[in-house]
Amino acid sequence: MSTVNYSRRLLPALLVLVIFCVVVPSAHAARPAEFVENDVWEQMMRFLSLRDQGVRLVLGGSLLLGIGCGVLGSFMVVRKLALAGDALAHGVLPGVVLGFLWNLTKDPLHLFVGAVISGMLSMAVVTVLKRTTKLKQDAILGIVLSGFFAIGTCLLTMGFGLEAGHKAGLDHFMFGQAAALDHLDIQAMSWVTGVSLVIVALLYPKFLLLSFDQAFASSLGLPVRFLHQLMMLLLTFSVVVALQAVGVVLVSAMLVTPAASAYLLTKRFHIMLVWAAGFGMLSGAVGALLSFLGSGLPTGPLMVLSASAIFTIVFCFSPQQGIVIKHFRHVNRQRRVVLENLLKAVYHASERDAHTSDGMTLLDLAKVKRQTLDTIQQDVGGLVRRGLATLSHDGDVLYLTDAGMSRAAQLVRNHRLWELYLTNAADYAADHVHDDAERIEHILGEATVRDLERRLDFPSVDPHGSPIPALSAKS
Amino acid sequence: MKTENAETNVLPLELHDLTVAYHSKPVIYGIDVEVPAGKLVGIVGPNGAGKSTLLKAVMGVLKPTAGWVKIFGEDAKDNLRRIGYVPQRESVDWDFPVTVMDVVLMGRYGKLKWFGWPSKADRHLARECLEKVAMLPYANRQIANLSGGQQQRIFLARALAQEADLYLMDEPFAGVDAATERAIITLLHEMRDAGKTILVVHHDLPTAQNYFDMLLLLNMRLVGFGPTKEMFTQENLQKTYGGRLTILSEIADAMGREA
Ligand SMILES: Nc1ncnc2c1ncn2[C@@H]1O[C@H](COP(=O)(O)OP(=O)(O)OP(=O)(O)O)[C@@H](O)[C@H]1O
Ligand SMILES: [Mg+2]
Repeated sequence: MSTVNYSRRLLPALLVLVIFCVVVPSAHAARPAEFVENDVWEQMMRFLSLRDQGVRLVLGGSLLLGIGCGVLGSFMVVRKLALAGDALAHGVLPGVVLGFLWNLTKDPLHLFVGAVISGMLSMAVVTVLKRTTKLKQDAILGIVLSGFFAIGTCLLTMGFGLEAGHKAGLDHFMFGQAAALDHLDIQAMSWVTGVSLVIVALLYPKFLLLSFDQAFASSLGLPVRFLHQLMMLLLTFSVVVALQAVGVVLVSAMLVTPAASAYLLTKRFHIMLVWAAGFGMLSGAVGALLSFLGSGLPTGPLMVLSASAIFTIVFCFSPQQGIVIKHFRHVNRQRRVVLENLLKAVYHASERDAHTSDGMTLLDLAKVKRQTLDTIQQDVGGLVRRGLATLSHDGDVLYLTDAGMSRAAQLVRNHRLWELYLTNAADYAADHVHDDAERIEHILGEATVRDLERRLDFPSVDPHGSPIPALSAKS
Repeated sequence: MKTENAETNVLPLELHDLTVAYHSKPVIYGIDVEVPAGKLVGIVGPNGAGKSTLLKAVMGVLKPTAGWVKIFGEDAKDNLRRIGYVPQRESVDWDFPVTVMDVVLMGRYGKLKWFGWPSKADRHLARECLEKVAMLPYANRQIANLSGGQQQRIFLARALAQEADLYLMDEPFAGVDAATERAIITLLHEMRDAGKTILVVHHDLPTAQNYFDMLLLLNMRLVGFGPTKEMFTQENLQKTYGGRLTILSEIADAMGREA
């Protein structure tokens, strides 16, 4: 339990730390030739102080796209539609280029309308194929994704040929360049994101039900088709919002990765939405910062790298499922078992001479445990540090403290109660119960022990005839 | 609770010549059934007989190719709020990040306004429904950490939260231990005694005989519908289970190919 709380508090701190680690070295790597420490620092300060109008625009855009992608991406992840997001992202490309070719300016409205139309068109093709063929989702998405992307790239190259002056603007739609965002873009992004979030908030129960159990939703008379289309439209919005800064190729990563990280962290969907939005914004901002420091590297890959870094951290350190946390918990538990077994050995020895002597030499202990003196010394050190035992001056004899004694008695008691329970209630043979009890004794909680006692009618001897120690002073 | 149905003698469910097809391949044909109020009806038939399909067609989740469905004398889609539904347990992803309480609350969503969220009263009702299926202690658990029988009871609680008059349940006894099964059947009997009409897809023939007031025997077409005693005959069961009705399924295949 305490590990969980501890790591929950640890997580934000670690996030900051690791992001710092990511930021600093990559900033170094970005300009190896003209590397001046002050310079990087200055740039970073410039970014963080938000003095420049340009920086503010870039940061605002990154945060906006992070929220939108995080929230809509969460729906896609739990609905197993993550790849649909990818298809959609590629599906908008022809529309973007056509919107540009319309009057050869990068007017957000034209691009937006073009992107939404072509995105929805790609989704419509998916639906038609699914309904009329036996092809499965993955193959259909593969066809649509690559087909639309190919059309988009062809149009794009044609666009390049048309007028050199504008080509740079369009180029950014491939890999993303947050620095290319201007005032109008940000305005459009704010509106679109705002509207999407309001719709999601208002319709949250409906969207949740649609995602969890579509058949039930339609049995309630909810318009599931409409809700699905609406969700796809909102997804298209968030893709389009992210398009300039992240680029067609990697937008789907911004949809999936922050949401997947959030999925590992929580059991409640609305909390997942919050985490995903947070991770999305963080990745967006860090990506923008890195690009700024690296003087014009494409923002898309950097944002996605940040998102992946966050995912890695969550994967390792999430309180419930993080592998590192799990590992530490496991090691901790094993360590505890070793120490507790040592306590038990001392207790047994003292039990043999009817608790008359009050100490045991380490040499005896090593003999009983069949371990080297070195190992025993090390483990005994652990007991002493935890205040469960003390050593004589010469370090040869081990005495249990009161706390150590009562913990030892408790363990022996757990062990013998459990053995008794297995033989009496579960019909185990008396010679089959020891190994099981060896494991269980370390994890029985106070409440369970009390319950066992009650069921066994407060016994005093175990199946092998050894006395069950009474519960002495509280441990 | 509501006794008006019995008084006014409106049939809770009336199917007329109902035919449903997937990809223009019919799965159930010309079903005519009139279910009287306050009955616990068992739907039995082999795998693929179209039992789930029948329930989905009643709720309008699937559109019939022919025939119609009336619920309490009205078009099904106008009276959906009087239907409670328990889908087959495998139909959802049990790793979905929601708690037991969240799922049961979904039973109330049919009564929400367009932009509505569940209210305190809804939560209160959901707790009561959880209590009825003895799952209240698990209200805050994530659904992934439940056993199969517990999952089934959650679905049941969700249906109870719908406060419906006609219930459609798809295999609520599947993968449930004997104790839970008894608890569920007791609950169903209570609901019936309170005037609800309940249709239950069921796979176990020996218990079907004891559980239900009426049986609906289904195998692509209606084999029989009536009081359990009359329906539960060797001949009827033979007709339902003894070999798929070969001619019908051949025709169905042919029609599927043509379309
Ligand atoms: N989505 C679908 N698309 C195409 N065919 C389907 C679909 N769902 C069901 N079918 C077909 O319709 C027939 C009836 O299916 P249904 O699920 O109604 O059977 P069931 O009686 O509920 O079976 P079970 O006892 O296995 O639940 C089956 O032959 C099945 O293959
Ligand atoms: Mg079925």
